[in-house]
Amino acid sequence: MLKKNLLAPFIFSVMLSIVFIGCADNGSKPGTSDAAEKVYVAPGEYDEFYSFMSGGFSGQVTVYGLPSGRLFKVIPVFSQFPENGYGYTPETRPMLQTSYGEIPWDDAHHPELSQTNGEVDGRWLFINANNTPRVARIDLTTFETEEILEIPNSGGNHGSPFTTMNTEYIVASTRFSVPIPQKDVPISSYKENFQGTLSFIKINPDNGHMDIAFQILVPGFDYDLAHAGKGPSHGWAFFTSYNSEQANTLLEINASQNDKDFIAAVNWKLAEEYVKQGKGKEYKSEYYSNRYNNETHTAVSEKREKVLILDPADCPGLIYYLPTPKSPHGVDVDPSGEYIVAGGKLATVIPVHSFSKMIKAIENKDFISDMYGIPVIKYESVIAGEVENCGLGPLHTEFDGNGYAYTSAFISSEVVKWKLGTWEVVDRIPSYYSIGHLMIPGGDSQKPFGKYLVSLNKITKDRYLPTGPELCQSAQLIDISGDKMKLLLDFPTIGEPHYAQAIPAEKLMNKQVKIFELEKNKHPYGVKSEKETKVERKGNDVHIYMTTTRTHFKPDNIEGVNVGDKVYFHITNLEQDWDIPHGFAVKGMRTAELLIMPGQTRTAVWEPQREGVYPFYCTDFCSALHQEMQGYIRISGKNSNTKLSFN
Amino acid sequence: MLAASYFFPIWTIDLNAPQYPEGMGLRIWADEIRGAGEHDLNNLNKLNHYIGMKEIDPDAIPELKIIPFIILFMVLFGAVVFITKNKKLLLAWNIILILFLLIGLYDFYMWEYDYGHDLNPNAPIKVPGMAYQPPLIGSKQLLNINAVSLPGIGGILIFLSLASASFSYGVEYIKSKRVKNVK
Repeated sequence: MLKKNLLAPFIFSVMLSIVFIGCADNGSKPGTSDAAEKVYVAPGEYDEFYSFMSGGFSGQVTVYGLPSGRLFKVIPVFSQFPENGYGYTPETRPMLQTSYGEIPWDDAHHPELSQTNGEVDGRWLFINANNTPRVARIDLTTFETEEILEIPNSGGNHGSPFTTMNTEYIVASTRFSVPIPQKDVPISSYKENFQGTLSFIKINPDNGHMDIAFQILVPGFDYDLAHAGKGPSHGWAFFTSYNSEQANTLLEINASQNDKDFIAAVNWKLAEEYVKQGKGKEYKSEYYSNRYNNETHTAVSEKREKVLILDPADCPGLIYYLPTPKSPHGVDVDPSGEYIVAGGKLATVIPVHSFSKMIKAIENKDFISDMYGIPVIKYESVIAGEVENCGLGPLHTEFDGNGYAYTSAFISSEVVKWKLGTWEVVDRIPSYYSIGHLMIPGGDSQKPFGKYLVSLNKITKDRYLPTGPELCQSAQLIDISGDKMKLLLDFPTIGEPHYAQAIPAEKLMNKQVKIFELEKNKHPYGVKSEKETKVERKGNDVHIYMTTTRTHFKPDNIEGVNVGDKVYFHITNLEQDWDIPHGFAVKGMRTAELLIMPGQTRTAVWEPQREGVYPFYCTDFCSALHQEMQGYIRISGKNSNTKLSFN
Repeated sequence: MLAASYFFPIWTIDLNAPQYPEGMGLRIWADEIRGAGEHDLNNLNKLNHYIGMKEIDPDAIPELKIIPFIILFMVLFGAVVFITKNKKLLLAWNIILILFLLIGLYDFYMWEYDYGHDLNPNAPIKVPGMAYQPPLIGSKQLLNINAVSLPGIGGILIFLSLASASFSYGVEYIKSKRVKNVK
């Protein structure tokens, strides 16, 4: 009898849990025609948003349409791209130049759109390289990387590139502290010798050119992420830091001891004043600025020798520390510019600081201590609220412009929606799995487009057909237009979709460059017509001025080249028609094939190794007679006297 | 009106193909041939080489040098007619313009015929019995390309100036008949 009595509630609770699990599943699995309709972009129709996703370890940027999740383009940035010759051709190799020589890869994390008046404006996209500290600028009329700037005195450029509200600057913080300037010291002398820097990169509003305006020397913590202020907080930038313990080994334990680490609030307008007053010191620092020109179709690398550094010890009021629980990761400023949200990745709450309270605390000198001369503001004097029940491992927050914030929780693998001001959690939705960043189009600007949210996930496990040990990472599109978040779509991504930004399609689609004007081609080996094609020998270098057009190369028969020569195929695509690139490859070429856009000139370098006759051909299916688009180059023996000829 | 025709294309040929959803086209002006888009003429010549059509080179068409003078002549002649108010001259102006128009259309047709038929025998694409003459007016499917040929604003202005001159001559003619009848 007793048994029976116990059994009934047990069966009831099992059934109840099944019902609950069932409900949870229904809520998370879309599969409904409602969700399908929301992401269906009919053939021939356009997506609402361009979305730019970082490739993480792929070093590139990918362009996807939202809401369809269709991939449009891979933009080569920090990694060589044999598909079109980026980073292999003499025109593009200078883009990858650093003070360490050419580096053919990197780890790209945070795409950031330029802004005007706090809104995404569609001029440029910036993205950081983590490993060898650099920042790249992609032009959004060509979707090509136009500039890469190396950042000196940085141990690893994770906290970048975050823009001020008119893209006056993009900021960059060093993840690893290192001796500045670098020197040979024991690693155990960390506390004594290691420091970090925060860099302010000035953006020329006319051409987007990037230059390091100044760097700020900061205590030797790990600097993680950043965001600039906006509206009332315009003029400030906020940088998270962890490892205030200053551990140099086993950081997972040793850097997780302090109850609070810091957000550094930097008054960059004041920094400008100090620079004007001559408070900066010039440091000898070798770094490279690489710029690509759309008329010469060539990048130029320029070595820089010095950088201006401000030391907070000489610049009172430049930096204040906001104590922030447990190794904060993301720092995000809400659209009003008042709230500074930290993602304390080991914390149980999301702390939200108030900009106005911060200013008041600074006026009242409400400091608890100072770290290396930087005042630490009392936590209670700066905190606006704490979001409780925020999930485990909160990392990043974006905003919908309607008073709500959305925070990614890595460990509990979910997106948590909460209300600014009341700090209460109003909704949550699982992500599959282990969400890092999340993104709302315009979600870190003053004008978010709060219709979709993209969850950027590290682990996919059972979500797709398995592909051996290495699985894709993925993005998940979530509808945030209603009270409840709704999962609409999963789509796999290239590399790691570490972070993303998105912009309404109409801001970009009508300003796309379709061709490069042949008349404006200033490439030193470019030609304007077939009549100008020629072959020149300069010692062992053979320069072939070649053209492509539908459907032939000119010249397409070349003789008089010997083993031991270095052959430069300088190829100008004479086409002036949209979507007619031509390709080029010669047998045994050890660099990369070329893709040449209309009006552009690209060079393939080939060192023939053996005598014979070698075919070359177009690698981009260009037209009906693409398969006829071919030629031969004859290679004679070393020092042979075969006459140079071509036709 | 006639003078204004110099500032607009006289005839237009618009081309559509699966690969050119945005379309391309030619605009024939009194003194030149241009593409509808900046590079259309160049691109069209590239496509035409597959069927062996000669390159359309405005410099090789002498008529384009003469037509502006004909228009100028007709405009001056028209001015004389207007000042003198001579009916016979008005009639002559009408007849001469009609003649020029007929000659012009015939000439245009012959150029189209020439481009459409005088094909390089070594062309990569040869379709037996196929000629590529665009229509004088109206539309025609030429392999993958649909060609639509219509008068441009300039052409319409010429027709309108002819129509209004003929109308005014007609009015004058009827008036003079009435005057005679009254007498």
